[in-house]
This record gives sequence, C-alpha cells and structure tokens, in this order.
Amino acid sequence: MQQSNAYIITFSVILTVVLGLLLSGTSQVLGPMQREAEALDKKKQILGAVIPGEEIDAMSPEEVNAFYTNRISSTVVDINGQEVKEQGGVAVSAETVDIAKNYKKPADQRLYPVFIFHKEGDSEAVESYIFPLYGAGLWDAIWGYLALDTDMNTVGGITMAHAGETPGLGARITEPGVQERYVGKEIFNESGELVAVSMQKGEGKDYSDNPHQVDGMSGATITGNGVNTMLQNYLGHYKAYIESKKGSKAMAAAF
Amino acid sequence: MSAETVEKAIEKKPSEALLSKRRKKLISDPLVDDNPITIQVLGICSALAVTTQMKPTLVMAISVIFVVVMANLTISLLRNTIPSRVRIIVQLAVVATLVTLVSEILRAFAYDMYKELSVFVGLIITNCIVMGRLEAFALGNKPYDSILDGFGSALGYSWIILTVAFFRELWGSGSVFGIPVFDYVSGIFGDDFSLATNGLMVSPVGAFIILGLIIWVQRTKTGYVEH
Repeated sequence: MQQSNAYIITFSVILTVVLGLLLSGTSQVLGPMQREAEALDKKKQILGAVIPGEEIDAMSPEEVNAFYTNRISSTVVDINGQEVKEQGGVAVSAETVDIAKNYKKPADQRLYPVFIFHKEGDSEAVESYIFPLYGAGLWDAIWGYLALDTDMNTVGGITMAHAGETPGLGARITEPGVQERYVGKEIFNESGELVAVSMQKGEGKDYSDNPHQVDGMSGATITGNGVNTMLQNYLGHYKAYIESKKGSKAMAAAF
Repeated sequence: MSAETVEKAIEKKPSEALLSKRRKKLISDPLVDDNPITIQVLGICSALAVTTQMKPTLVMAISVIFVVVMANLTISLLRNTIPSRVRIIVQLAVVATLVTLVSEILRAFAYDMYKELSVFVGLIITNCIVMGRLEAFALGNKPYDSILDGFGSALGYSWIILTVAFFRELWGSGSVFGIPVFDYVSGIFGDDFSLATNGLMVSPVGAFIILGLIIWVQRTKTGYVEH
C-alpha cells in the first residue's frame, strides 16, 4: 500500500511528538532521583579513597549519607592554597564544584575542593585529606580521589574512575587491585620536591622499595601515563595547600 | 438459528489457546533451534562485552527482554498505520525511545549498574535482534503473538549471555553473582587447595571461547549445519 506524502509526514510528526513527550516526561519525573543517585555516587567515590570498597558496597544509601556527613568536612581552595568562600558573589561549596568544568579553565582560575576525613567521633582530629583528580586517559576523561595522610606525604588511598577506557586494559584503574598499589607510597622525595607517584610500564615487577613508583597495567601504558599526568598536575595544583598543612603540622609537632 | 451458528463459528476462530502449540513454538524456537546468538549470530557485540560478571549480564538481559517485547508490541499495534516507506525510521524511533527509557530508569534506580553497563544499554538500539524481530515478525503479526515472539527471542539471547557470564565469572573471577565460590572451596579444603583464576576469561577473548564451545555443543546435539 502506497501512502501519500501528507500521510507520511503527519504520521512522522505525531510519532515524534508522542515519543518526545514520553521522553521528556520521564526525564522530568526521574530527574531528582538521578541527581540524588549521582550525588551519592560522588560521596561513595570520595569515601572510597579512605575506606575499602567492600565496606562502602555493604552500606545502604542512608548509611553512606550519614557516614559522609559525620566524617567528612570540606573546603574549597584556590591555586595558592587560600580558602575560597564565594566566587562572583555566589557561595561555593566543595560538593557542588564541578571538577570537569573547572578542568577547562586555566589552572590558576580553577576552584579546588578539599575533603577532610575526620576521626570517628572527633570532628576536630583529621585522619586524612582527600583531593579530587581529573585528567585524560586514552579515550576519554579519567578522574579520581586521592587521600593523603596527615603527614601530607603518604598516600592513604586512591579511587579512580573513567568515562571510556578499554575494558580489561585501561578500565582496570577502577579495580581495587590496581588502586591498592598506591597505598603507602609517598609524593615528596627526600629533598622535599613534589614528584608524585608514577605508574611504570609493564606489569608484574615489585616496586615495594621505591616510594614513588607503582606497578603498571599491562597493555594500558597510555592510560597509566594519563593517571601519572593527572596525579602530577593535581598534586601540583594543590601543592600550596599541601605545603601549608604540612607547615602547620610541623609547627604543631615542634611545640 | 442460522445466525447463532455463524456467531459461534466466528467465536471459535479467535479462541486459540493462550499458549497453543503454535504460540509455544514462538517462544521455544529461539531458545535453541533458532537461537539469535548461536544460530543467527546476532547481538554478538554485547554478548562479548557485558558478560564478565553475572549481575550486569542479568540487568542487560532484563533490559533486552523489556525492549524487544515492548518494541514488538508497539510496532505490531501500529503495523497497519506505519507508512511502509518510512518503517525503518519508525522502528528505530520506537526502539531508541525504549532504550532511552531503560537507560534513564537505570540511572535513577541502579546508578552503579548504569555506570557499569554504560554504553551497552544504549547499544541495544543497534542490537540486530531487536530490529530483526520488528522487521521479520511484528510488522506482519498480531500484538499478542508479537509479544510472545519478542519474549522468545530475547529469552534465547538472555540464556546464552547468562551462560557465558556464568563461566566467565566463575573461571575469571572465581565467583558467581559476586559470591566468591573459589574462596569457599579453598576454605573447605584448606589453603593447599586454592583455585587459580584465569585472566583470559575476563578479557573479551574468553567470551569468544565460551561462546564457541556453546555453539559447538549445541550444534553437535541439534545437528544444525550452516548452508
């Protein structure tokens, strides 16, 4: 049966409108829940840098939120390590700073959130500082959170995520086995220079006696390099803040 | 009197059993004899990509069942109004809408799954099983039959990817549905009896091997030969 052009056009228009309404309606209804899920996921990633992944997986969403509220406080700093309370007349909070958007700006104009992990039941005592990371992998963006112990040198933990790395190769940065390699490594060398931690090419070697190197991922050298650049960049951006905390710590120890 | 018999005759024809022999065949055929993956070799891409673990595979299977059944139903309902010259576009629009719905729902209620499956849910659009069933069946059959046909095909796809995922997760990660089976085994028999996992199974190559074995076993049994 051959339909007229008018019929085809009318049919297409009606179909488009119906499907369009259906989709936008769904998006309206589910939007708040999606944003909640995304916020929760971000909290899980932040917590992932300081507590094991299995523990987080075992928590219900309410427990994650409660844990986050009790144990994490946050601040936003600029490249000089100075606290930023507002920008352009709008108050800023670490939770709402979009790292990906800030990544597009020049490094000295970005906002740098810091998440502070407190000891249980003591909102003054700091257990570790958590810094967001952002960079490029082989195919797409990679990001993560790095926790530094209070000596501002030892890596307490790291979580990493990616948008489109190759499954089984670069995507392995999300695996606990890979992330554990960073724990206990140091970001400053003996002469106090920031050298960060770099992932090496090849896999299966033992780097336990080198505090600045970790075993690589076989077949994912470019992703590994991306991770290295990301760490180097962001630790560099946070250097002023890190140094300031280090300084106050050293003073506190001296007194 | 005569009017009554005519009415009866009309009534008798559509009262085909809800699951008559013909309709059962619609569901059972794609499970083995006409399986979309192993016989028609459709939907291989996602069968390789999502099957490293059982959980995402199950979510994927449910999503595909939902999309195929709903798309078949919609197209079958519209089959007499769809202009034949633009039917492919119409099918595509319907499938794309359904896939987007699934993706949005996952994003709201199962964000971890949404992250894990990421592009593969979106790629259900390009899964040849969906378009294949729409073109070959839903355009020319009644809604109820189309639902059964879609369900059968999607089920045929699902059991294959779940089987592949079962072996890949068991051998590759030593667990099933995230339950560390290998650890339990070595727990029972002591540490001397520890099972090593096979890294090959985690990579897509592992899926090819398992899929090949399934096809081999199946074709030996059914005697199917490619023409």
